[in-house]
Amino acid sequence: MIPAAFEYHRPKDMAGVLSILEEHGDDARVMAGGHSLIPMMKLRMADVPHLIDLQDVGGMSDIEIDADTIRIGAMVTQHDIIDNEALAQAAPILREAALQIADPQVRYMGTVGGNVANGDPGNDMPGLMQCLDATFTVVGPDGERDIAAREFYEAAYMTARGDEEVLTAVTIPVPMGGYAYEKQKRKIGDYATAAAAVQIVKDGGSCVSASIAMTNLSDTPIYSEAAGDALVGTSLDDAAIKAAVAAMLDDIDPTEDNRGPVAFKKHVAGVILRRAIERAWSRA
Amino acid sequence: MKDEVTSREERIENLKGMGCSRKRVEDARFTQGKGNYVDDIKLDGMLFGDFVRSPYAHAKIVNIDTSAALEVPGVLAVLTAKDLEPLGLHWMPTLAGDRQMVLADGKVLFQGQEVAFVVAVDRYAAADGIEAVEVEYEELEVLVDPFKAMKSDVVLRPDTVAEDGSPAAGAHGPRKHHNHIFTWEAGDKGPTFETIDNAEVVAEETMYYHRTHPCPLETCGCVASMDKVNGKLTLWGTFQAPHAIRTVVSLISGIEEHNIRVISPDIGGGFGNKVGAYPGYVCSVVASIVTGKPVKWIEDRMDNLMTTAFARDYHMTGRVSATREGKITGLHCHVTADHGGFDACADPTKFPAGFMNICTGSYDIPTAFLQVDGVYTNKAPGGVSYRCSFRVTEAVYFIERMIEVLAIELNMDAAELRRINFIKKEQFPYKAALGWEYDSGDYHTAWDKALKTVDYEGLRAEQAQRVEDFKAGKTRSLMGIGLSFFTEIVGAGPVKNCDILGLGMFDSCEIRIHPTGSAIARLGTISQGQGHATTFAQILASEIGLPADSITIEEGDTDTAPYGLGTYGSRSTPVAGAATAMAGRKIRAKAQMIAAYLLEVHDNDVEFDVDRFVVKGAPEKFKTMKEIAFAAYNQAIPGIEPGLEAVSYYDPPNMTYPFGAYICVMDIDVDTGLPEIRRFYALDDCGTRINPMIIEGQVHGGLTEALAVALGQEIAYDDMGNVKTGTLMDFFLPTAWEVPNYETDYTVTPSPHHPIGAKGVGESPHVGGVPCFSNAIQDAFRPFGNRHTNMPHDHWRIWKTANELGLHD
Ligand SMILES: Cc1cc2nc3c(=O)[nH]c(=O)nc-3n(C[C@H](O)[C@H](O)[C@H](O)COP(=O)(O)OP(=O)(O)OC[C@H]3O[C@@H](n4cnc5c(N)ncnc54)[C@H](O)[C@@H]3O)c2cc1C
Repeated sequence: MIPAAFEYHRPKDMAGVLSILEEHGDDARVMAGGHSLIPMMKLRMADVPHLIDLQDVGGMSDIEIDADTIRIGAMVTQHDIIDNEALAQAAPILREAALQIADPQVRYMGTVGGNVANGDPGNDMPGLMQCLDATFTVVGPDGERDIAAREFYEAAYMTARGDEEVLTAVTIPVPMGGYAYEKQKRKIGDYATAAAAVQIVKDGGSCVSASIAMTNLSDTPIYSEAAGDALVGTSLDDAAIKAAVAAMLDDIDPTEDNRGPVAFKKHVAGVILRRAIERAWSRA
Repeated sequence: MKDEVTSREERIENLKGMGCSRKRVEDARFTQGKGNYVDDIKLDGMLFGDFVRSPYAHAKIVNIDTSAALEVPGVLAVLTAKDLEPLGLHWMPTLAGDRQMVLADGKVLFQGQEVAFVVAVDRYAAADGIEAVEVEYEELEVLVDPFKAMKSDVVLRPDTVAEDGSPAAGAHGPRKHHNHIFTWEAGDKGPTFETIDNAEVVAEETMYYHRTHPCPLETCGCVASMDKVNGKLTLWGTFQAPHAIRTVVSLISGIEEHNIRVISPDIGGGFGNKVGAYPGYVCSVVASIVTGKPVKWIEDRMDNLMTTAFARDYHMTGRVSATREGKITGLHCHVTADHGGFDACADPTKFPAGFMNICTGSYDIPTAFLQVDGVYTNKAPGGVSYRCSFRVTEAVYFIERMIEVLAIELNMDAAELRRINFIKKEQFPYKAALGWEYDSGDYHTAWDKALKTVDYEGLRAEQAQRVEDFKAGKTRSLMGIGLSFFTEIVGAGPVKNCDILGLGMFDSCEIRIHPTGSAIARLGTISQGQGHATTFAQILASEIGLPADSITIEEGDTDTAPYGLGTYGSRSTPVAGAATAMAGRKIRAKAQMIAAYLLEVHDNDVEFDVDRFVVKGAPEKFKTMKEIAFAAYNQAIPGIEPGLEAVSYYDPPNMTYPFGAYICVMDIDVDTGLPEIRRFYALDDCGTRINPMIIEGQVHGGLTEALAVALGQEIAYDDMGNVKTGTLMDFFLPTAWEVPNYETDYTVTPSPHHPIGAKGVGESPHVGGVPCFSNAIQDAFRPFGNRHTNMPHDHWRIWKTANELGLHD
């Protein structure tokens, strides 16, 4: 459990980060909290000759909330998310989800940027961000650009971010209506067997919009537009929820692992989504 | 003097002797991070050794090229079997009478097997060196299923086959097949089969007790330091049996035993994982001899989970017969035991399946028969007693499941079925059908107390209502009531039938009383978290009348401690605790003579009273033990040698048989497979209670490991022999979050043959806990037709049970 030798860099600003990335290309990687990257290096599954620690860069640790949008710096930790009262008011689903990630020790270190940039299908924040229709801001040698969370994930550990780009912030429209983050896991510190992020807006007893995303049920997070659509215009009766679950099941593609076989995962995904929808609706 | 105004009660309290919840003296250093574990040991010039391990479960080794590794900066040496062969150390004897490769000799038999040992200046250089060793493997057919192994033409262990290809006899007699290790039997086959064949009711079941692993927070490791000037080898390590390790090291290395000093420093949990002898120890010793420098070897978590000493892996088939009224008449058990690539079980020599023959449990079963077949497969060796006496968790799980299955067969309440069949109080000492003589017990009292405390009938009524609600679609949650009544067999053991590698399983204590009335006692055991320094001082305090706080307990250094067989199988209190009491009594006997001399009366005219000897009938005339201690060193007493010391080697006349009644209430989410433990009640009877607080701590720990094993802790292999659960992400180690609140309770039935009546408790909760958790889950599904499902009951397997019973339709 000892990583191969690597060069440790700790630049003071983003320009420094970008120049090291440019110089070493594939051989360099940024590190935020290190709680996904370091285990991979210790298992020698990730070979990182040049490790660039982002801790000293600055300017990426703020949570800014205005009337329409929330901007979360990439280096904001999962603990910061839980700890921020204003954020919990503006987007309570973030706290509900963050509390279900790992354990307090990991959450003190793990960052939002690292969680969404990592590209591991087990991470909870990518699905959450797709549900909230977040935008990721990345900066690279050619300057800054925005990528929609729903367009970001290509395959396991493959994202739309270029190797020489750094993710600096996540921006989300202030969510409306009821919310729920429902996750089944084997124990504290485990990734999801299945997880669902749901945000629902209700008007006069019927659903006017619904956003649904699932975690660890494919090699990327799954934003299921069809599942959301199945709820819109209904009063969330049993038939509507069944239709949403069926639509979601069409979109996911789980694989067997130690958490269980495919049939189990699909079943649990359905149960978890139903519970998330019901809880979100009750809060809407 | 202050003594004169102190009441007798205060004097008793001052001693902090038996029965007192004395705070653990160890915790001051542990809670401040001041423990001294093997990895804390740092010696001048110390090197670090680590293994190249096989990625394959079964492969021929074509070639090992170490040249590139030797070029890696900091790497000093790479040992392979070829280097060990001239020393005769490429193989080593196992505790089970088999032998095991120290480094792969021509082939590998399990994933993670030790192939080469890289010695470097530190662990980082060693890790880089490991990467650079090039091993050429030729994959062989993998056998992970013992039933297939017993039919396969593939010979896993060519070294155990005679020239004509037939299996050579093993340490435990003839072998049936080249992948077979032994057959072991207990009881009467003929009468048992006859009873079962003619019985009114027979329940049969097949169950698999999965492979799991003890998971101490500290992994295994050692530091070997060969001093070439004086020829002395010092070996620090995570040894549960330091003295036995010294003897083994001497026997296999040829170094004379007086030139070997084995030290077990603080140990961060053992649970059986640290009983065996591992290749890391041998390689560290050799590397230290070769390099002339101290060499450290410490496993990482994956090494630990994948290679050193697994537990269980028993495929058990049972038949139990009974009358229609529920009186059990006979029991038959067959086990196919998967021992992996080498038979490295840690059992007393004559017991290749440990004390599996305690599988008649707490019940008066007139006739029984047990047969165990050990089999080689391509899995890691081991087969240790994970927080239990030898194979006792398996035995108790087996019988406690068979009782439940029989209850289903009889359509009877499982609590009542147990009550009907318990051995009665007046039957003790009770001779069981499979050979053991149970020392004492009062099962009915314990059971009734347990059932009453939890309001068993109320729970059953609630459960029935829940089933109705479920059927009516009002809930998706089922309720399970887990019952378990266990009898452990601990304290191995009488030298006449218990030995390990020929070493009798006695234990020892040596006491020195210092002139000022404090003392040091040394034992042949070694604490791994059990709190020996606390409890053994309490035993002595009560025996010799000096305060526990004035008594130092020391263990684990073979140069200073008396010989003993170590700590596992709940043997410390039954055996070394007895030796402590007996040595204390020798001290007291001499103290009595000294007191009589000082008081100028006849020896028989003084009697012991808490912390002093008093003249019979004249309690104002006394000498305190403190005064007597001083006199032992400053007065010439006619006919009595100076000093106050004693040593006792205790060969127990019998095992001890702790027992207990556990009840668990669980709610199970049928749709997700999530179990929620609502209540857990544990009544333990461990005989005389030395320290109630430590007992409670042991019960909490043992139950938590039971929960782990029952609900998910598993070493799983795929068909290629790859370990699927090699990290703590997949190997279930419960956190505070998953652990319920435990309610503890007790009865006291002292052991009649133990000097202080104590029986041992550290492992009982694990032994009784596993079937209790499992039974709760199985019980929830009983109304829907469930008979038995195998552990571990993780979410998907619970879900699968519900699914197969049609509860998702
Ligand atoms: C025991 C344990 C349990 C866990 N359980 C969960 C869980 O249940 N759910 C969950 O979601 N996560 C879980 N995690 C992962 C944890 O949340 C990680 O902290 C998180 O996934 C990554 O964040 P980080 O800041 O540690 O990133 P790092 O480990 O530093 O980096 C992860 C990856 O992202 C890249 N990266 C990091 N920051 C940036 C950036 N700003 N721009 C571009 N690339 C970047 C790195 O190069 C690396 O490839 C667990 C981790 C552990 C150790």
